[in-house]
Amino acid sequence: METATLTPIVQRGLRARERGGPFVPGEGRTVIEMADLSVYYGDFRAVRDISLKVEEHLITAFIGPSGCGKTTVLRCLNRMNDLIEIARVEGRVSYHGVDLYGKGIDPVEVRRRIGMVFQKPNPFPKSIYDNVSFGPKIAGIEGDMDEIVELSLRKAALWDEVKDRLKESGMSLSGGQQQRLCIARCIAVQPDVILMDEPCSALDPIATARIEDLMQELKNDYSIVIVTHNMQQAARVSDMTAFFTAEVAESGDRRTGVLVEYDTTEKIFTNPSEEGTENYVTGRFG
Amino acid sequence: MAISPSTQDVVLARLKGRRVDLKGVLFEALLLLALLLSLSILITLMADVLRGGLGVLTERGFGFLTAGLATFSADTAGVKQGIVGSMLTLVFVVLLAFPLGIGAAVYLEEYAPDTTFTRFINVNIRNLAGVPSIVYGLLGLALFVEVFRPLTGGTTAISGGLTLAVLVLPIVVITAAEALRAVPDSIREAGFGVGATRWEVVRSHVLPSAAPGILTGTVLSISRALGETAPLLLVGAITGYIATGGQSLVEQMRSSFTTLPTVVYSYARLPSQDFREVTSAAIIVLLAVILLVNAIAIVLRNRYERKW
Amino acid sequence: MTQAVLPPQIPIAEALKGDPSRRRRENFIRRLFLGAAAVSVLISAAIVLSLVGRAVTFITNVDLGALWTSGWFPRRGLFDIKTIVVGTLIVSLIAMVVAIPLGLGCAVYLSEYARPRVRRLLKPILEILAGIPSVVLGFFAITFISPQIVQRFFSGSSLFNMMAAGIGVGVLVTPLIASISEDAMRAVPASLREAAYGVGARKRTTTVKVVFPAAISGIVASIIVGVSRAIGETMVVAIAAGATGGSIFQLDPSQPGQTMTAAMTSLAIGSDQVKGGEFTFESLFFVGFLLFAITLALNIMSERFVRRVREKY
Repeated sequence: METATLTPIVQRGLRARERGGPFVPGEGRTVIEMADLSVYYGDFRAVRDISLKVEEHLITAFIGPSGCGKTTVLRCLNRMNDLIEIARVEGRVSYHGVDLYGKGIDPVEVRRRIGMVFQKPNPFPKSIYDNVSFGPKIAGIEGDMDEIVELSLRKAALWDEVKDRLKESGMSLSGGQQQRLCIARCIAVQPDVILMDEPCSALDPIATARIEDLMQELKNDYSIVIVTHNMQQAARVSDMTAFFTAEVAESGDRRTGVLVEYDTTEKIFTNPSEEGTENYVTGRFG
Repeated sequence: MAISPSTQDVVLARLKGRRVDLKGVLFEALLLLALLLSLSILITLMADVLRGGLGVLTERGFGFLTAGLATFSADTAGVKQGIVGSMLTLVFVVLLAFPLGIGAAVYLEEYAPDTTFTRFINVNIRNLAGVPSIVYGLLGLALFVEVFRPLTGGTTAISGGLTLAVLVLPIVVITAAEALRAVPDSIREAGFGVGATRWEVVRSHVLPSAAPGILTGTVLSISRALGETAPLLLVGAITGYIATGGQSLVEQMRSSFTTLPTVVYSYARLPSQDFREVTSAAIIVLLAVILLVNAIAIVLRNRYERKW
Repeated sequence: MTQAVLPPQIPIAEALKGDPSRRRRENFIRRLFLGAAAVSVLISAAIVLSLVGRAVTFITNVDLGALWTSGWFPRRGLFDIKTIVVGTLIVSLIAMVVAIPLGLGCAVYLSEYARPRVRRLLKPILEILAGIPSVVLGFFAITFISPQIVQRFFSGSSLFNMMAAGIGVGVLVTPLIASISEDAMRAVPASLREAAYGVGARKRTTTVKVVFPAAISGIVASIIVGVSRAIGETMVVAIAAGATGGSIFQLDPSQPGQTMTAAMTSLAIGSDQVKGGEFTFESLFFVGFLLFAITLALNIMSERFVRRVREKY
């Protein structure tokens, strides 16, 4: 009774644990589905014809060489691309079957349900407490704010390190702690999906390992999509992997991203169907 | 392999270069001269004014600040109306130019799509900032004194204040926009990422981060408004005489007015040596106020200069 | 764990439509800010309208012969435009002779030579100079520049003269030129300087041959802005150039003269409605329009140059 509004998270977490183990690919429902997704910046087509399904309670990794549009695709999933004025989306992105770019859909609401963690840790220049409480406050989430903050920080494995200094600035934390604070901030608005855009690229190996461990915890409660440059990371943490590459666009000098292969991580890294994927994961290209 | 001493000497001589770079030294000296000359002008100006006006100020003290306009006897001339008038006109700057200017900057930096119309507004504001202040005086004369006479009462503190508010508006917009632009996008993304609306991001994160810069800009625009004379002459400040005998604020606003720099101007036009001293004293008061305001701006900027 | 209470379940399609009142508030605020931005357009329109109307009245009604006479005496119906235009040019030219070397000298020193600590100390002092009201410089021009400098070097100078006014305006414009061109030079990437040093160039060579040319657009822009500011400067000229009320055509800078701006103030002083003959009041707006057009053209020009700097780096 006491944490009524937090139950959805707890509930889902329980569901995964009650099963006696995490989901495996092919078992869960589809959370996000892209169908023939193309993104344009002005006249330039940055990615084309992406179709893939993201399943619940899995970690889905997007890998590929730089400029292949993986971040662009990721930012379509919670309509962050709306903030780039010249960006335009074609095709369909659906979330539990609802077209995210459909009429009347509020991108603000979309972003609350599909949260995002960015490449560089970007805490607000405010206290740790305010960093976490901002989201729930504006979303009108009811409940004891202290409790929400504590639970979010606990889930982000940061509580023990910061519980005595919640009033200190979020900027005073180390890089790895800042990124976990950003994860806590994301969790606090009770999303369903967490998008991570190269969350460890600015961190040292130890901080990276902590975030990776954390992701394994988080996937009991959320579905995670992660963009990473680091193939070892994708191999370590993800259940499903999508390999993107860039092909020379019709217009010439600029390159358009395409999806080469999407399968279980194990398959992608051990026995890919496409030659391009194999070349990339074995380090012969990229 | 050992290097023979002779080689060492040759290399050393080479590395020491030719004789002193005379042209280079001369060049630097010239640059320094330009700088020192500019500074010496400032010092001479200050000294000139202080020499002329300090006597009056020490002799009459606060009496000078509380004495009214007097163009016949230097002994009783003061700057009271000027101070009151400057305060009255600043009310309009603070209440109109600040919110409108910051609002416009927020629109242009945070909301505006990159359209022809937006670009037009941007260019327009930069051009407005370059319009000579006296032209704003003409605007005030035509618009506030004539068209809106029923509201402003003609050549009153209201017209003067409105004119100044319009005059500093582009400065407020430009400095505020600059401060907003300095806020890194990652802050905005973080806000949007947790499902905040544009306004929620701006109010809770962008504006607080930009506040020191915006504040500096507004303070500087106050100092600009405090020093403006020409446009106020056109909306009638020079003839102005603020009723300072206990009238209500509205009555003061709707009566003729003068400001501190226009008081300086009225005294500067009087030929006698006595008034020369009174003018200097009035300038000291004006400069003291403006330097104080500028100092606040500089301190604010240095204190909050943020590195991202 | 007690029985969990689920919040009321709304279909996802509905939930994603968000909170309508929140969206309404968002739209309202956006319009509010748009309104604030649009005010600037209104102001520009008001300036143009208030100037053009009466300027047209003036030019269509006044005897065109009155625009080319021996002097500017608006209260007597003599509107010799060349008197005030030439007066403006003389004052601005003198101002630029003072301001360009001083301003650029300060800018180069501060940007290339001054150590950071020196710079931090000197820059605010220049800013103070920039903040001095023009009415104060006008007084300084008449009490110091004119008797101590102009009259000393040019015997026979009047106490009120265009040269003193020009020097005063130059002092006003110096910090402006210094700060804009310093910004332009500091925007030149350090790698360019390093490249010059790398091939053994001295500091002076680097400054003159590398930094200065790279920043030239910004430097030109600063000079144009300076000219525009000098043309529009009012109080220094109104106080120090003399010629209250009117002036005969005058080319000698050691004598009193009239500029466009000073002509406007002297017309406006003394009454809340400018007294005088027919169209005297309108002539104020005609001169104002002329001034507005000239400075606008200069500002647009400088804007072009500044944009070129931005594009390069």
